[in-house]
Amino acid sequence: MATTGDTAAPAAGRREPSHGWRLFAIWLVIALAADLVIWFVWKPHLPPGTLSTSAADQQFDLAVLSVIAAPVMIFVLVYFSYAVIVWRHREGDDEDGPAQFGHTGIQATWIIGTAVIVLSLFVFGTYELISPAGAGAGEGPAPIWTPGGKTLQVQVIAQQWRFTYRYPQFGGFETTQLVLPEGQWVQFNVTSIDVIHSFWAYQLGVKADANPGVNNVAFTKPTHAGSITVRCAELCGLWHGAMFDYGRVMSPANFLAWAAGTRVQLASVTKILPPYATTYDPTEIATLGKVNVKLGLTGAGGGYYPPQDPSQP
Amino acid sequence: MAIETQPGTTQQPSGGEPGGPRPVRAWWRRPAAHTALAGAVLGYFAGHWLGNYMGANYQQVSTADANDLAIVLGYIGVVIGWLIGLGVFNDLVLQMLGRPVSTTEQRTEQEEARLTGVAKYFRFTLDHKVVGLQYLVGMIIYFCTAGLFAMAIRAELLSPTYHIFSSSTYIEIVGEHGTMMMMLMTSVILGPFGNYLIPIMIGSKRVAYPRLEALSFWLTPVAFLILLSSILLGGFHMGWTGYPTLSIQDTSGADAYAFAFGLMGISMILAGFNIVVTVICYRAPGMRWSRLPIFVWGIMGTAVMMVLAAPVLVGGMYMLLTDRTVQTAFFTDQLGGSTYLYQNLFWFFGHPEVYILALPGFGIVLEIIPVFCRKPLFGYKVAAAGMIGVTLLSFFVWQHHLFMSGINPDMRPLFMLTTELISIPTGFIFLVAMGTFWKAKIRFTVPMLFALAFYFNFLIGGVTGVYLSDVPVNTTAHGSFFVMAHFHYTIMGGLIFAFMAGIYYWLPKLTGIRLNQALGKVQFWTMFIFFNSTFLPLFAVGLAGQPRRVFEYARNLETLNDWVSISSFLLGGSILIFVINFVWSTVIVRERETGNPWRSRGLEWQVSSPPPPGNFETVPVILSGPYEYGVKDAPPVADLNPPPGLLTVAVNGDQTARAEA
Repeated sequence: MATTGDTAAPAAGRREPSHGWRLFAIWLVIALAADLVIWFVWKPHLPPGTLSTSAADQQFDLAVLSVIAAPVMIFVLVYFSYAVIVWRHREGDDEDGPAQFGHTGIQATWIIGTAVIVLSLFVFGTYELISPAGAGAGEGPAPIWTPGGKTLQVQVIAQQWRFTYRYPQFGGFETTQLVLPEGQWVQFNVTSIDVIHSFWAYQLGVKADANPGVNNVAFTKPTHAGSITVRCAELCGLWHGAMFDYGRVMSPANFLAWAAGTRVQLASVTKILPPYATTYDPTEIATLGKVNVKLGLTGAGGGYYPPQDPSQP
Repeated sequence: MAIETQPGTTQQPSGGEPGGPRPVRAWWRRPAAHTALAGAVLGYFAGHWLGNYMGANYQQVSTADANDLAIVLGYIGVVIGWLIGLGVFNDLVLQMLGRPVSTTEQRTEQEEARLTGVAKYFRFTLDHKVVGLQYLVGMIIYFCTAGLFAMAIRAELLSPTYHIFSSSTYIEIVGEHGTMMMMLMTSVILGPFGNYLIPIMIGSKRVAYPRLEALSFWLTPVAFLILLSSILLGGFHMGWTGYPTLSIQDTSGADAYAFAFGLMGISMILAGFNIVVTVICYRAPGMRWSRLPIFVWGIMGTAVMMVLAAPVLVGGMYMLLTDRTVQTAFFTDQLGGSTYLYQNLFWFFGHPEVYILALPGFGIVLEIIPVFCRKPLFGYKVAAAGMIGVTLLSFFVWQHHLFMSGINPDMRPLFMLTTELISIPTGFIFLVAMGTFWKAKIRFTVPMLFALAFYFNFLIGGVTGVYLSDVPVNTTAHGSFFVMAHFHYTIMGGLIFAFMAGIYYWLPKLTGIRLNQALGKVQFWTMFIFFNSTFLPLFAVGLAGQPRRVFEYARNLETLNDWVSISSFLLGGSILIFVINFVWSTVIVRERETGNPWRSRGLEWQVSSPPPPGNFETVPVILSGPYEYGVKDAPPVADLNPPPGLLTVAVNGDQTARAEA
């Protein structure tokens, strides 16, 4: 629109400047500067970081979207600022403005331009969703975009108000610690035994809702060692705000040592856990009481609550 | 064809003579708000008793100590008692008994003659101008109440650990704020300005269904009060979305949430239906679709979405209530239900609702901009097409709220596409405004300032919406403060700024009184600055990993959160300036403004302010479009006193033109 400029005849007397070219020049300078800053200065610091493949992909997508959005926003803002300064009403001028009811060329350019931007964003977004195995988002019980090959299975069991993690490939022990090896694809099987939660491993760029009775699968590959913040991202009751914990990504050797050690340490508890399954029916987990007794838990701060009693802390 | 039926010929009720004036009773014996309140209280106890009688053995059913069936039946009793007390059913009963019933016009005239001052605003009245003002004051009250809850939330978030409220109270406040804003603000523009101005803008002397229109308003106070009554029952702890199974395990306050939301859904259907039929059937001769003011297009789209989307909400809330009261299992996985069902139903309503909250704002700013640019609206058809496009597409995007839920992963590219497509018609609204600004003569009145701010805010809100439609970015942003900042930019930055523009622009029309413009400018600048200072940092807070609805957050985000909280209190102060200005100007100063202060070509400005009863002496004949500024020898927008023959000429002329086309 800026390039297809003046259509109305210049005002009589004073020569009318070429508003279109002026706007275009201002826009070009600012937009170029903004895009360079976004790509080279801002991008390395954009969330959620680069701890995993999906996080790095999201960082890249965020930067690409910003590089596309910035010129659009700057165009609109420059135009409005210019209009407000240049075309404001002067004292004593009581005439109406020029009677322009539209301009087919400008309208068509605008419509085609926005359609092209939107469709290319859609193509880009779809590619970025499918190629990195679902981009770290929960894909339901039968994922269609998978990394292939052998993955480390980690089950995330959400309940009011904590996450626990089961490692079926290591005897199915259940722990409150999320520990992952670097350089290997991880398959999170996220489920809930009471209400809807959402498993958000921030630095991994993984988010999957934990629905009761549903196994929600998400994939990612941690790329280097670091710590993870896990938060619940779906309101799940009174202590939703306190439902968070921290996990670690470590070297494969350390991970194997940790898994073997924890497996032995928790063997007596694993025996009385319900057998590993993709979903659990809370009304049928008869053995949970025994687990609580075994671990010395009283129900406060981590045990299973009957669904009809939300007021327990 | 837009021909209005002659106003006197509305259908006479069968049986009995057409009504004469009814005997005048003492004020406290006439049905009004006080009898409605009495009826509501009686109704609650009747319903509660019935519930306990029927469902005494349901006592232990769903939650803790209360019989939810009794509570819900109590609320049904409240609504029925409230409406009986208002006299909603009086005419219906009279008609069934074969007694004389007065027509809408007769009733309106009687009310005009009999009721002076504020008394008529507390009654069930058939005058669309009274209903509009009832809505206006009601909406301001609801908005301020919900805004106070917002400031309570920000007070809690001053510190990264919980310190002011208990976790239960905090979640209650979050839920009350969200639900009150999202359910009641759906009518914040359609209610006051739509009901009041649409008939005048299309040259009609009345609306199609005055009883439905009045009923739609009178359901809002009772929905508001029922939602607030949730606090007495222990509140609800599931936010405004009310996802089961959390909402099924919740305490009795959740009954109030579901009932009030469903009730407001009914109000939306009634209000929307009335507007749709009014615009289609009650346009004056010559008011072609291509001459319709753009605000009418915006409200029309809103009304269509309300009529089509709100029934799904009512159904969803009904299922939630039966799950909670009589142990159906629509949403319980172990019993064959599905929590996904609720999420689908809710967002099938919820996403059109978001555009119910956006379109009226588009309408207002596009209506105002040509007036203060002194230029025709640029690309009128593009603007109308944009609004129609948003209306249609809004029904095809709802699953982007479920991108992380695990439902339908293979459909994600489709919903990503539809969501991004909606930015094309939304972009039209920007194109039209920018084209109108080209070589305009911009006057910086208070309404125009708000309209400009609307574009600034909605630009940010819209572009971040495109971010959220992208599934990989959504993985990080979903359920975080990024989303929360995004929709506050579109709803508060868009809808509420447009609402403010509408109030400053149309209040002289609605009441014949103008607001103080100097205070208005103070309010504008404080509101614009503190709004952005409140919500812009929240994008960063969200991307840095703070989920919504939490009372604990990472310690390194404390500075940003404190900044936001203090800004939000100042934003509240700005709204307080508005309330002071509103009360001061309309109650104390009462500076008259009866003419056309903005030199607008809009049909509504061609009649006196406030408009006379019946809006027009006779049905006007529309001669030209409303935006022909700067056109040499432009005809007036309408002939307000057409000679008797002209009506037929206009009608036949149109028919001939159509036959030739």
